[in-house]
Amino acid sequence: MNRDNDKGKVLLQRTALVATGFFLLLIMLIVRLYYLQVYQGDKYTMLADENRISTRVLVPPRGSVYDRNGVVLATNEQNFQALVIAEQTPDWKETLKHFAEIVPLDTDEKEKIAKSIQNNKKFVPVKLKDNLTWEEVSALLLNAPYLPGVFISEGLNRTYPLGIYTAHFLGYVGAVSDTDVKDDPLLMVPGFKIGKSGLEKTFEKELRGQGGDVKLEVNAYGRVMKEIERDKGINGQDLYLTIDSRLQKFAQDAFGDHSGAAVVLDVHSGEILAFVSVPSFDPNLFTTGISHKDWNALLNNERHPLTNKAISGQYSPGSTFKIVVALAALEAGVIDKNTTFNCNGSMSLGNHVFHCWRHWGHGKQNVIEALKNSCDIFFYEVALELGIEKIAAMARQLGLGHETGVSLDNERAGLIPDSEWKMKRYGEKWQQGESVIAGIGQGYVLATPLQLAVMISRVVNGGYDIKPTFMKLNLKEKGKIKKLPISRENIDIVKKGMFEVVNAEHGTASAAKFDMNGIKMGGKTGTTQVRRISMEERKSGIVKDEDLPWRLRNHALFVGYAPQNNPQYAVAVVVEHGSSGSGVAAPIASKILQETLRLDIK
Amino acid sequence: MYKYYEAGFKSRDLSLKEKLFNINFGYVFCIVLLAIIGVVALYSAANGSWSPWAYRQMVRFCVALGLMLVMALIDIRIYLKYSYVAYFLVLILLIAVELGGHVGMGAQRWIDLKFFKLQPSELMKMAMVLALAKYFHSCTLNKIESVRGIIAPALMALFPAALIIIQPDLGTALMLLFTTMVIFFVVGVQWWKFALLGGAGLIFAPIAWHFLHDYQKNRVLTFLDPERDPLGSGYHIIQSKIALGSGGVFGKGFLHGTQSHLNFLPEKHTDFIFTMLSEEFGMIGSTVVILINMIIIAYGYIFAFRTSSYFGKLVIIGLNTNYFMYVFINIAMVLGLLPVVGIPLPLISYGGTVMLSVMASFGVILCMDVNRHLNLGRSSFDDD
Repeated sequence: MNRDNDKGKVLLQRTALVATGFFLLLIMLIVRLYYLQVYQGDKYTMLADENRISTRVLVPPRGSVYDRNGVVLATNEQNFQALVIAEQTPDWKETLKHFAEIVPLDTDEKEKIAKSIQNNKKFVPVKLKDNLTWEEVSALLLNAPYLPGVFISEGLNRTYPLGIYTAHFLGYVGAVSDTDVKDDPLLMVPGFKIGKSGLEKTFEKELRGQGGDVKLEVNAYGRVMKEIERDKGINGQDLYLTIDSRLQKFAQDAFGDHSGAAVVLDVHSGEILAFVSVPSFDPNLFTTGISHKDWNALLNNERHPLTNKAISGQYSPGSTFKIVVALAALEAGVIDKNTTFNCNGSMSLGNHVFHCWRHWGHGKQNVIEALKNSCDIFFYEVALELGIEKIAAMARQLGLGHETGVSLDNERAGLIPDSEWKMKRYGEKWQQGESVIAGIGQGYVLATPLQLAVMISRVVNGGYDIKPTFMKLNLKEKGKIKKLPISRENIDIVKKGMFEVVNAEHGTASAAKFDMNGIKMGGKTGTTQVRRISMEERKSGIVKDEDLPWRLRNHALFVGYAPQNNPQYAVAVVVEHGSSGSGVAAPIASKILQETLRLDIK
Repeated sequence: MYKYYEAGFKSRDLSLKEKLFNINFGYVFCIVLLAIIGVVALYSAANGSWSPWAYRQMVRFCVALGLMLVMALIDIRIYLKYSYVAYFLVLILLIAVELGGHVGMGAQRWIDLKFFKLQPSELMKMAMVLALAKYFHSCTLNKIESVRGIIAPALMALFPAALIIIQPDLGTALMLLFTTMVIFFVVGVQWWKFALLGGAGLIFAPIAWHFLHDYQKNRVLTFLDPERDPLGSGYHIIQSKIALGSGGVFGKGFLHGTQSHLNFLPEKHTDFIFTMLSEEFGMIGSTVVILINMIIIAYGYIFAFRTSSYFGKLVIIGLNTNYFMYVFINIAMVLGLLPVVGIPLPLISYGGTVMLSVMASFGVILCMDVNRHLNLGRSSFDDD
């Protein structure tokens, strides 16, 4: 029994030991709590906030574009898209499989998505499908438990109601590409579109607006519980253009199957009323992602529907340039309205013979007759006397040879050659023969249809330095338009010539004349060779244009204006390989001007 | 036959009323306080709603409180007398569950009694303590210190532990074994035997590792490095630490825990309820919970020291160890100090079985304390 006491004692001692151990362990828990909650509290507070707060960028609606009468040219359409965040799904391949059961995806799309997921960081939302229908959206929401990480985003799609009619000046929007400067968090938003060409690109900043953001509290499954903070951002600005959509459509349709370009300007302000480049393309194809087939079709079309011919197409102005030469000669005093040259069909200079288009000649011609008949010999002589420098100076004053500065990308400057240019370009002296050729707008001389419209406008508005623009001018801006140092009298002589071109009995464009209650048009035709006619061909008889393949036929041009006495509108028409300025370009221009007058655009 | 210290109780058993007054009210107060904290926590876990957890937990606690009182008022001699019987009954239940488990799918840990799911492993914790206490109560120190004397109790512990491991419920099995070890230790099994066991354990641990289920291995590995699989098994513990840490000193306020209410915290009403409390009430709240538990455990040791019978002392020590294990393992687990083993925080976590088993054990502890003056003789069970 002696050891019974020991038994109790041992129990007491050992229990005390165990109890002490237990209490030390519990105190250790409190120390641990202190470490986590106080010492590392800030770190974990941050982590908890990262867990619960999800910041989403709010995309502002892009500004709409309207024509001068308030007709919508570009706007936004509601669009539902499905996106997935790879890190929020345990197995994105499985999720994608489930998704495809609800919204069918073809192999191409699946590959694109897989690539996108693999290339992006795991928290970046990747677009699964665009333009979902209501049925698809509701099916996806219903199946949300099987689609972890998938969410629907309500976006806006850019849409161009007039499609092909506005493509070349509006341009289009497209997905942000790797080469775009990412100066705005909006550009990181999946599916965000920016202006890729045309006015959409030029006025990107204004149209885009400013992105806002919204801080959301989300639960562990990514479900939004409440909104914590919202910065609305600023909506994109709307744009009001000078284009008249009615005229735009009419002018574009006036080309029929021809390709080319036309620009209608208000001669007093430079406001662009119509801006045509045909064939065109449907910009709506680009906003939703164009298919390879459609893209290749556009790219390989020999008529270059993607090229904006009104500003990027550089053509020899041909006889339309005679307006410039005539005015330069009158201003320089080389000729007056009575000066005549005799045209017998050709002119020799050194050992070179220059031909008139009418190889039997026009006989005695003054400047007005020479314009009316488009006599080449008259302008050869004038150019020879005038010299290239004076021609070039006048051409530049009238807006040729340099970019007009219209707010579009890819504008070409055209070319007004002079001796300095030739020395720089070819290292050779300017030849007199080259002045002769330049006198009829051939040779080195190049101009865009927009430049030609500017040129005719500046002449017929009495010599005012208007600039082509898609934005309406206010009074102050109109007041700032400078007068060019060109005399009114000389302008009137040229205008008289241009009036005769259309309205005189044998004017080159007489077939295109019209009389709307006394309102008539004036203008100048131009037909330019795109191929070289060899001496042999000239001897054996020039092949008729209509017997040539399309791409070798002459370009047809016409610049015109109306009304004849108090010009309001000017038009420049270039029909690529249209064969004849008088036969093809002038009638189109005439129709366009008549429609412009009929619409009485203010 | 029985010896009383206090003159008034000398020659007779305590009346029911006397027993009632002998129940330690401080102890019961602490228990009720914890249960109230539990109900509050469950109310918050349901985003401020009495359903589905808080109300039912409250009802259960009231039932369990009744059970505790009944257990406290039972004659202490009945515990002593039927300890072995209870042990064998529970053992049979465990075997039954094991056999049933092979029929059903996956882990089977309970017997469905329609109104209540009986977990024999939970009952075994208590039965084991009573059986071991009875065994050592009747042993001499010589026998305890002999190898022969500890073979029987060791088998008494190992056999049910093995059954529980294959259920598989590693956590409960380890708790059972640890409680057994503590009992072995306090009754006076020599240090060197523990050292020997420890050595053997080190040698056999790699072999045991082999026999663990994959998910059990995962838990241990994840415990060692939670970042190993941040979205898989490590997710729980990472989110738990974020919730705890972001609670700071004063907490985010009742019903304002972001981690718990936005579901970043898993199992917030059961195993991780302490985390939720810590997030909402900060270090102050969580420390209070630990302190109340320390008081409850301290009471246990006071009861153990002042109880005159060896059986009573050992029962209290065993059950107290059991309770300590619950509290310590659960909190250490959510604090990232132990692997996630699925042990709830008694009285606070939602769940009927643990509530009933813990309250029953409190009842037994109270019974030992109520009858602390009763000296249970060893002689009648003497086998020397």
